[in-house]
Amino acid sequence: MAHTVPRVSIQTEDFNLGVEIATLRAQDGRVGAVCSFVGTVRDRTSGIAGQIQSMELEHYTGMTEKSIEAMIDAAHARFDIFGARVIHRVGLLQPLDQIVMVAVTSAHRGESFAACEFLMDYLKTQAPFWKKEQTPEGAKWVDARVSDDAALAKWGIAAANGNAT
Amino acid sequence: MKVRIKYFASIREAIGQPGETRETQAGTLAALRDELISAGEPYAHCLARGRAVRMAQNQVMSEETAALVDGAEIAFFPPVTGG
Repeated sequence: MAHTVPRVSIQTEDFNLGVEIATLRAQDGRVGAVCSFVGTVRDRTSGIAGQIQSMELEHYTGMTEKSIEAMIDAAHARFDIFGARVIHRVGLLQPLDQIVMVAVTSAHRGESFAACEFLMDYLKTQAPFWKKEQTPEGAKWVDARVSDDAALAKWGIAAANGNAT
Repeated sequence: MKVRIKYFASIREAIGQPGETRETQAGTLAALRDELISAGEPYAHCLARGRAVRMAQNQVMSEETAALVDGAEIAFFPPVTGG
């Protein structure tokens, strides 16, 4: 299961899902399922097109990589998967740009589907990234969603990301 | 003890710097936050009780009740919004 590529990449550059999947499969004959998720920048909030002109992503260098590595370890402990790869972009992004990618391999689809969703749910509330949207009314930090905490809770993990303290 | 503090996103903007090193008497993350709030603006508003402020110690998400470790890297930031 040793991969020559890192499991986690935080980068300004775009990524190619096809290339990443081919690398993750690594011509491993045990792999019978690949599940991937790609998150992209929308051009709208509250259904109003053109509301998001650009998006700036800030992150906590070091902690981001460590926290996602720990999430991948947790996914391996919980699901029967072979490999997982997470790429998250930072810096200035435009509507339609790709932001994040999670890809997972396993013998059968159930474990890949579950692990991919688990990793995204985990990342949404536990990885230190912050989005700032540029709108016609000015720049605005994106608020955390209560629904993201609920998504992680269904895996039995308390998130409390948006709670007042 | 001495701690290195980092600020991110809206809290970084409000405080006007990405980080600082501080001498502190605080025994927990909560006490450090209260010490900063007591220092007045710009800390008082953006770290105020009742706001959603998250903390990390040595790059691991931490509860406020966690004991402060000498020489630690502490971070204050708003709820995360990646993905």
